[in-house]
Amino acid sequence: MSFFSLAVRDSSTMLRRNLLHARRYPSLTLNLLLTPVMLLLLFVYVFGDVMSAGIGDGDADRSEYLAYLVPGILMLTIGGTTIGSAVSVATDTTEGVIARFRTMAIHRGAVLTGHVVGSVLQCVTSVVLVGAVAVAIGFRTVNATVLEWVLAVGLLTLVSLALTWIAVGMGLAGPNAEAASNNAMPLMVLPLVSSAFVPVDAMPGWFRPFAEYQPFTPAVETLRGLLLGSGIGHNGWLAVAWCVGLAVLGHAWSKSLFNRDPK
Amino acid sequence: MPSFVMPTSRKGDGRPPQAAVSAVGLRKSYGDRTVLDGVDLHVPAGSVFALLGPNGAGKTTTVKILSTLVTADGGQARVAGHDIATSPDGVRAAIGVTGQFSAVDGLITGEENMLLMADLHHLPKREGRRVAAELLERFDLTDAAKKPAQSYSGGMKRRLDIAMTLVGDPRIVFLDEPTTGLDPRSRHTMWQIVRELVAGGVTVLLTTQYLEEADELADRIAVLDDGRIVAEGTAEELKRLVPGGHVRLRFSDPAAYRSAASALRDALPDDESLELRIPGDGSQRELRAVLDRLDSAGVEADELTVHTPDLDDVFFALTGSTGVPDRSDRSNQSKEDVR
Repeated sequence: MSFFSLAVRDSSTMLRRNLLHARRYPSLTLNLLLTPVMLLLLFVYVFGDVMSAGIGDGDADRSEYLAYLVPGILMLTIGGTTIGSAVSVATDTTEGVIARFRTMAIHRGAVLTGHVVGSVLQCVTSVVLVGAVAVAIGFRTVNATVLEWVLAVGLLTLVSLALTWIAVGMGLAGPNAEAASNNAMPLMVLPLVSSAFVPVDAMPGWFRPFAEYQPFTPAVETLRGLLLGSGIGHNGWLAVAWCVGLAVLGHAWSKSLFNRDPK
Repeated sequence: MPSFVMPTSRKGDGRPPQAAVSAVGLRKSYGDRTVLDGVDLHVPAGSVFALLGPNGAGKTTTVKILSTLVTADGGQARVAGHDIATSPDGVRAAIGVTGQFSAVDGLITGEENMLLMADLHHLPKREGRRVAAELLERFDLTDAAKKPAQSYSGGMKRRLDIAMTLVGDPRIVFLDEPTTGLDPRSRHTMWQIVRELVAGGVTVLLTTQYLEEADELADRIAVLDDGRIVAEGTAEELKRLVPGGHVRLRFSDPAAYRSAASALRDALPDDESLELRIPGDGSQRELRAVLDRLDSAGVEADELTVHTPDLDDVFFALTGSTGVPDRSDRSNQSKEDVR
């Protein structure tokens, strides 16, 4: 069997294993959706009036804030889902079954590839579910063209891939699931301090550079521009550059961690 | 299938060309702790080889290195004809490993675990199902096949573990402490499994801390202590390495005891319990000499027992355990004598 077909075959076997886990224990995936959904409802229905005063010229209403908020919530959903991936990678690699895989003549990268593809699929599913909640409470994308829709889906997938590789590295770096969960916390915290909830301009001056120059802000701005049809400016390229950079970094990091001798 | 090579009992003289596992000078350290300090092994194809040693001796590390799970710091090893450093995938294709801690996926069912192995061995769907079903049946797991593996008992998990190892029909199987933590019944089941494997021509390298297990299963035993092989041979050869064999005579009549003591000058007397202990290897000739001298002195012992050293003696003598009572005579610890 050629290197490539071996890689594809073993990786898809590992993917089936991960999907089986997700299907057998759906509560793990669904729990991760609680945070973004709760934040969505909280910020729209509880803080909505105050928050909407901070966007536009101060005369925006709650439905405008909803439109502003949803792209950020979707990015936060991806961050939260990948924390789950970090935990499952950590749990998995401390299990003896991974040691077994390492002593078998299978494609070396299959275990991680299975996790990554599984995690991206899980992210996309989560985004669809949270998006459905957003639509149910009134979110609409009236101005988006078909191309913008396609680009939005592509962006969400790319962000999922990049964050997943970072999360996989975090899962492998920690000695156990708790450590992995702590390591991966920034994946959930960074969107909170990006332009997801309020515009960067509304933040205190000393904090703006941090909010401006982190990966979530260009990603959120791009998604917002695509979904609301309001243009993305240079944020599109910034977001893609961040994603590619993080994906390459995460991949190299994860690979070197996985190829270390297990303890 | 490699040709069957009989295990040889002697090293050095014309080793069989086909060794399932051979290692020279394996070394491994974790930080400044040396775990393996130059381990040499030679496991003939088709035999059972036991690595015997106390906890921390380096047994598991040896298995991890030979099964390509971790890399050695020094030394060379070939497994199934493949160098572990330069051709790890060649090694992996020939071996099966069952570790001390179960290597099953607890989240999925026993059957799913088996089918996962079949997929990873690239068996066609139909054949994969057949092999999985056969092995589940053979290891008495058919009833539990649809339950998640994490709900299995220790013995069931270990059986599933071995069943998974056998999906690829490995020629060499590494079993790292296969019975640690199992109840006596499960342990005997495991022993039976090992015997069946060997009957099928598989080479087994197992590690154990139980002397009884090595004695029971292995053609050859290497005693590993503190990262070094301190002795190697068949169970019988190892037992001959340590003194401890003796013939014990017990008397109830003090007069008979005294005349026996004067007839057997090399015996170690115990006046209190009226026992004589004659050091020796317990061979037929030695025994006859003792009986002849008793006959000519006209005395008869009330009880005669022959004690040959067991692996316990070997283990404690070789692994440098201190403060352990002389195990060669557990029934009479009060009269420990220096031989």
